[in-house]
Amino acid sequence: MAPPDHRRPYKRPAISDQQRRRELSLLRQAQSRLDAQHRARCLASSVLSLENPEPDSVPELELESKPGEERSEAPPKEFDVRQASKLRGAEARKWFARQLMLPEWMIDVPDRLSQDWYVFARPAGKRCFVVSSNGAAVSRLRNGSILHRFPSALPSGARTRDVSGSAQSYSILDCIFHEPDQTYYAIDMLCWRGYSLYDCTAEFRFFWLNSKLAETGACEPPSQYHRYRFSLVPVYNCDHSGLHAAYTGAAPYVKDGLLFYNKEAHYQTGNTPLALVWKDENCSQYVIDTDSQGNVPKQQQVVLELQEDGKLTTSDDPPVVFGCLDGDFIQKSGLCLGNLLRFAIGDGGLSFVDGGLDKADLCYLGKSNRARAFADSYSKIVFQHMVRHSPLKIDDFLSSISSSVDQENQPRDVEMAG
Amino acid sequence: MAMEITQILLNAQAVDGAVRKNAEENLKQFQEQNLPSFLFSLAGELANEEKPAESRKLAGLILKNALDAKEQHRKYELVQRWLALDVSVKAQIKSCLIKTLSSPSGDARSTASQVIAKVAGIELPQKQWPELIGTLLSNIHQLPPHTKQATLETLGYICEEVSPDAVEQDHVNKILTAVVQGMNSSEANNDVRLAATRALYNALGFAQANFSNDMERDYIMRVVCEATLSPEVKIRQAAFECLVAISSTYYEKLAPYIHDIFNITAKAVKEDEEPVALQAIEFWSSICDEEIDILDEYGGDFSADSDIPCFYFIKQALPVLVPMLLETLLKQEEDQDQDEGAWNIAMAGGTCLGLVARTVGDDIVPLVMPFIEGNITKPDWRQREAATYAFGSILEGPSPEKLVPIVNVALNFMLSALMKDPSNHVKDTTAWTLGRMFEFLHGSTLDTPIITPANCQEIITVLLQSMKDVPNVAEKACGALYFLAQGYEDMGPSVSPLTPYFQDILQALYGVTRREDAGESRLRTAAYETLNEVVRCSTDETAPMVMQLVPLIMMELHQTLETQKLTADEREKQNELQGLLCGCLQVIIQKLGSSEATKYVFLQCADQMMGLFLRVFSSKSATAHEEAMLAIGALAYAAGSNFEKYMSEFYRYLEMGLQNFEDYQVCAITVGVVGDLCRALEDKISPYCDGIMTQLLKDLSSNQLHRSVKPPIFSCFGDIALAIGENFEKYLIYAMPMLQSAAELSAHTSGADDDMTEYTNSLRNGILEAYSGIFQGFKGSPKTQLLMPYAPHILQFLDSLYMEKDMDDVVMKTAIGVLGDLADTLGNSAAPLIQNSVSSKDFLNECLSSDDSMIKESAEWAKMAISRAISF
Repeated sequence: MAPPDHRRPYKRPAISDQQRRRELSLLRQAQSRLDAQHRARCLASSVLSLENPEPDSVPELELESKPGEERSEAPPKEFDVRQASKLRGAEARKWFARQLMLPEWMIDVPDRLSQDWYVFARPAGKRCFVVSSNGAAVSRLRNGSILHRFPSALPSGARTRDVSGSAQSYSILDCIFHEPDQTYYAIDMLCWRGYSLYDCTAEFRFFWLNSKLAETGACEPPSQYHRYRFSLVPVYNCDHSGLHAAYTGAAPYVKDGLLFYNKEAHYQTGNTPLALVWKDENCSQYVIDTDSQGNVPKQQQVVLELQEDGKLTTSDDPPVVFGCLDGDFIQKSGLCLGNLLRFAIGDGGLSFVDGGLDKADLCYLGKSNRARAFADSYSKIVFQHMVRHSPLKIDDFLSSISSSVDQENQPRDVEMAG
Repeated sequence: MAMEITQILLNAQAVDGAVRKNAEENLKQFQEQNLPSFLFSLAGELANEEKPAESRKLAGLILKNALDAKEQHRKYELVQRWLALDVSVKAQIKSCLIKTLSSPSGDARSTASQVIAKVAGIELPQKQWPELIGTLLSNIHQLPPHTKQATLETLGYICEEVSPDAVEQDHVNKILTAVVQGMNSSEANNDVRLAATRALYNALGFAQANFSNDMERDYIMRVVCEATLSPEVKIRQAAFECLVAISSTYYEKLAPYIHDIFNITAKAVKEDEEPVALQAIEFWSSICDEEIDILDEYGGDFSADSDIPCFYFIKQALPVLVPMLLETLLKQEEDQDQDEGAWNIAMAGGTCLGLVARTVGDDIVPLVMPFIEGNITKPDWRQREAATYAFGSILEGPSPEKLVPIVNVALNFMLSALMKDPSNHVKDTTAWTLGRMFEFLHGSTLDTPIITPANCQEIITVLLQSMKDVPNVAEKACGALYFLAQGYEDMGPSVSPLTPYFQDILQALYGVTRREDAGESRLRTAAYETLNEVVRCSTDETAPMVMQLVPLIMMELHQTLETQKLTADEREKQNELQGLLCGCLQVIIQKLGSSEATKYVFLQCADQMMGLFLRVFSSKSATAHEEAMLAIGALAYAAGSNFEKYMSEFYRYLEMGLQNFEDYQVCAITVGVVGDLCRALEDKISPYCDGIMTQLLKDLSSNQLHRSVKPPIFSCFGDIALAIGENFEKYLIYAMPMLQSAAELSAHTSGADDDMTEYTNSLRNGILEAYSGIFQGFKGSPKTQLLMPYAPHILQFLDSLYMEKDMDDVVMKTAIGVLGDLADTLGNSAAPLIQNSVSSKDFLNECLSSDDSMIKESAEWAKMAISRAISF
C-alpha cells in the first residue's frame, strides 16, 4: 500500500503505435464485417436466376446417365444483372427479356379497379433496364442490346466522389426511353443501392421510386456527369378522376396507351396479369399491330411457338394452344421444336366458349423474324382481335368503376358452404 | 502444532534452499489438511508477543494472502472459502488480530492492520462483523500513541478495501471524526498525525455527505491545509496528497478555498522539498484534468447542462500560476533525458504548463512568450532548454490562428538549434517541440500549412541528420517524423509531398533500427513506429519502395528466430524486436494488400512470411504473439481464400490464442483474426469450426477471461454463421442460449456508471451482430425455420433496447438492421410477430428519421424487408 504515484508521461506522444496498430486492425475488421453484412443483405434477394433451361437447346448425350438424375443443364445458372451483361446473342435476349415485368393486354376489366389498381399513361418509346453501378449507367433493351452507356447522377452512376454508397452497390430501374426529349421515364424500381425491391408491392415500389429518384439529382437537366435526364411518370389511383387524368390529361411525353398496375403485386418477371396495358386511338398511335413496312395488314398476324407434338402455343405459362400442325407438314417445311412461326388469322377468326378459346382459324405464313425472342401472348392476340372487332372502350372502365362503387354499398349475399 | 508452526515459519525464511523448500511444503500440507486450524495458528502466531518478529510477520503475510489475490477468479475463491469457515474460528482469528493492534512491535501492528482490512473487505459487504468499527473507535482517545497510530492506519486500510456503500453513514461520521482529530495540530505525536493524514486520503471517498455540509467541510479543509504546514515533511507530503485527491473528488466544492490553496502550493513549489513540491504542482495538474473534462463535456456549447459547472479556477489563477510554473522549468537535472525513471520538479512543472495550455487555450500564449524570448538565446543551456520546453508545452490547446504565425517564425530557429546547439538536452527538447508542432499544427484539416514546398526539404534533411545524433535525440527526431508523415496520411491518392524524399526516409529509418545503440532510449521502437507511419502514408508511386522493404524486414525477423542460447534479458529484448518486426510487416501487409496493383506482387512472399509468423509463436512473449496474430489476420484478409493452405498448420496456434485467458489482448486479437478468416475462407473454414466454436463457447463461460473480450466473441459468432451459412445449424443449441442470456443481462443498464453503460452497449452490439450474421447466413436455406423459435425473444430484446433509451448510435444501427435481417430471412412466417413488436413501428420510425446516415440506411433496409415479409 504505497503512497499514490502521480508521475505523468513526459515528452511522450500520447498514442503508442502499437495501440494504433490494434485500433487500425479493429477498424479494418469492423469495416470488413459491415461489407460482408451489406453483401449478404443485397445478394440473395437480387440474384436473378435463369429459370428455365433454353427450350431449343439440344440435350447433350450423357455417357453415364444415372436414372433419376436431373438433366445436366437443369440446375439453374444463377446470374446477377452484372454477370448477365456478359451474355451474348440469343442467350442475352432471352435472359433480359425475362427480367422485365411484361403487362398482359387488357381483354376484360378487372374487379375492384378503383380500389386495387393504379393507372398511368405509358410514355411512347423503348422499354429498357437501366443499371447503374461502378461509376456508370447502362441501359439495355428487352433484347439485351445496349442502348446507352453513360454517366449518371443515379447511385454509383458516375465516377465522382459519391460517398453515399459502396462501389459494389447497384441500382436497377425499369424505364422507357422517350426519344423526342431524350429522357428516361422511370416506370418502376427493381433495385436501389443494392437493396432488392423485387419482393415489394407496387405500392411500396412506386413510393420508393418517387421518394428516392429525385434525391439523387437524376431528374436534373443533363450535365457533365449526368448525360440523360430521368423523369417520373404521374401515377394515379384508378378511380374516375385518376383514369381521366391519365387518359386525357396533358403529359410532357407522347403517350402510348395506359398501364394498370395492381397495388399489391410484386415485381414478377415475365408476363403477369397483375399489370395490364390498354390502348385506343386517343392515347396511342399504335393500336393495331403493323407489319415490317409499317402498314396494317388486312388480316391479324400472330406468332406462335411450335411444340413437340405439333401444337402451336403462346408464350404464356402455362401455354395456350391455338392449333396444331401435322407431322408431314413440319417435316416438309423443315421446322423444328421451339421455332417461332407466323400465322394470319383467317376469316373464321377466333371463337370462344365459356371465356376460353375454342377455335382459331390459322393460316401459316412462315418463320418469324429472328429478333423475336418469344411467341405472342394469349392476351395480346385476343386484344388485337378485339381491337379489330369489338374493342374495349374507356367508357367500359368508367362504368365498371361506377358499378363497383355501387356494389360496395350493397349488402352482400352470404355464400353457404354447408 | 502451535509449537511447531514458529519453527516452520522461521525455516521458510532460511538461507538454505532445501530447508526453505521443506518448510514451504509443510505449510502447504498443513493448510490442505486443516484450513481453520492453519489460519488460527497463523493469527495466534501474529498475536503472540513471545514469538520472534520474523515468524510473526510471515504468519501475518500468509494470512493476508489467504484472503485476497490479484486474479479475479482466485480472489473470488478465497472470499468464498473464508465465508464458509466456522463462525467461532473466524471470531477467534479476528480477536487475535484486534489484539495485535496494541502490540509494541510496529511490524506486527502494521501487518495486523492490513489483515483486518482484508477481512473487513470480505465481511462488511455481507453485513458481517458489524461491531468492527465500534470496537476500533471505542476509547480511541485513551489509547497509547502506538495503538492509536495502528488503529488509524487500520481505518485507512479499511476505507481503501471496502466500497463506501458497505459502511453506514453513522460509522463514516465516526471514522472521519477520529481521523480528522488525529490530523489536527493539537495531536502531539507525529506518527499518529501521519497515520491519520494517510487514513484521510483513503477515507475521502466516504465523505460525500460530510463535504456537502459547509461546517464539516470547512473543518476538514482547515485541518488538511494546516497539515501542509507541519514541520514533518512526510505529513506535509501526505496532506498535499489529500488536497490532490480532494481536487478531483470534490472539485465543485473548492471555490471558497482555492485562493488559500494557491498560496500554500505556491510556497511549497518555491521552497519546500521536492516530494512536497511535486504534490503541490500535481494539485494544479489535477484541477486542469477536471476542467478539461468539464469543458470537453460542454463541447463548446455553453448552454448545455453539465453535471458539474466549470469554475475556471485555472483561468483565474493564470497570471500567478504561469510564472510559478515557468520558474520550475529552470530546475532541470543534468541527465534526466537518459534516465527512464526520472521525475523532477522541472518535468512536473512543464507537464502542468501543457495541461494549463489545454485548459485555457489562447490566453496562455502572451504569458509564456516573454519567457521564451528572454531565455531561448541565453548561454546557459538550462535557460535555452526551459524556453524550448515552455514553447513545446503550449502547442496543444491554443488555436492555430494564434500559434501558426509564431511557429512560422520559430521553425527555422528550431531546425538550426537541432543541428547546432551544443547541449544534448536542448536538442532533445527541440526535436520534441518540432514533433509537437507537426502533431498539432500540420495536417489536411488546417488552412495554413506550416510545412510548405519551400521548407519541406530542409525539415526532412534536418530530421534525417538528427536521427544520427545520440539515442535520446534521435528518438525524438523519429517522433517528429512520425507526426510529419501522419499529417500527410489522409491526403488521399494525390501526389504526396513526401514522395521525392521517400526512399531517403525509408533508408534512414531502416539505418536507425540497425544502430548498435538502438536499444537505448527506446530508439529502435521509435524508428519502427515511424517506419510504420511512413508506410501507411505511401502512395501508388512509392509502393515499390515499400515492397523493397519486405525482404529486409523478413530477413531481420528470420535472424531473431535463429539466435540461440540467450540469457533471460537477451530473450526479452529479442521478443520485443520480434513484436516490432511483426508489427511492421502487419502494417506493410495492410497497406500493400489494400490495392489490387500491389497485392499480387507482395503475396508472392506470403508463404515465407507465414512460415516466419508461425515460428514466432514458439516464443513465450505475449506481445510477440499478439503482433504475429495481427499480422496473420491482415495476411488472411489480403490473401482471401488462398489462405486455406496455411490453415492446417496455423490452426493449433489459433486455438492457443483463443485459450490465452491470461494475456487477454492476445485472446481478443485472435477472436478478431477468426473474423478475418471467416471472411477470407468463407465455407472453407467449416472443417475448423467445431474446434473454434468449442473454444469460443468456453471463453464465454469462463470467469477468468477479461470481460472486454466477450462482445467481440459474440460478433465472431455472426462472422462464422455468415461464412458457413446453414451449417451453423449444429451450433445453434449452444450459441443461442448464450446469446439469449447475455441479451437479458444487457437489456437494462439502469443505475450503471458510464463505463458500465459503454461496456453494456458494446455487449449489445456484439449480440446483435451475432444475430445479424446468423439470420443472413441462413437466408434462402431450407432450414430457416430452425430460427423461428428464437424470433420472439430477439424481437423482445429489440423492443426492450428501444424502451430503455440508452443505446448508442452503433447499437441503434445494428439493432434496426437485425430487425430487417429477421424479416428478410424468416419472411411471412414471422410477419405477425414483427407486426406486434414496438420495434417495427416506433423504433423503426425513429431510426428512419435519424440524422445518422448509417442508422437511416439500416432502417430503410429494415423497412423494405418488413414490407416484403408482411406482403407475401
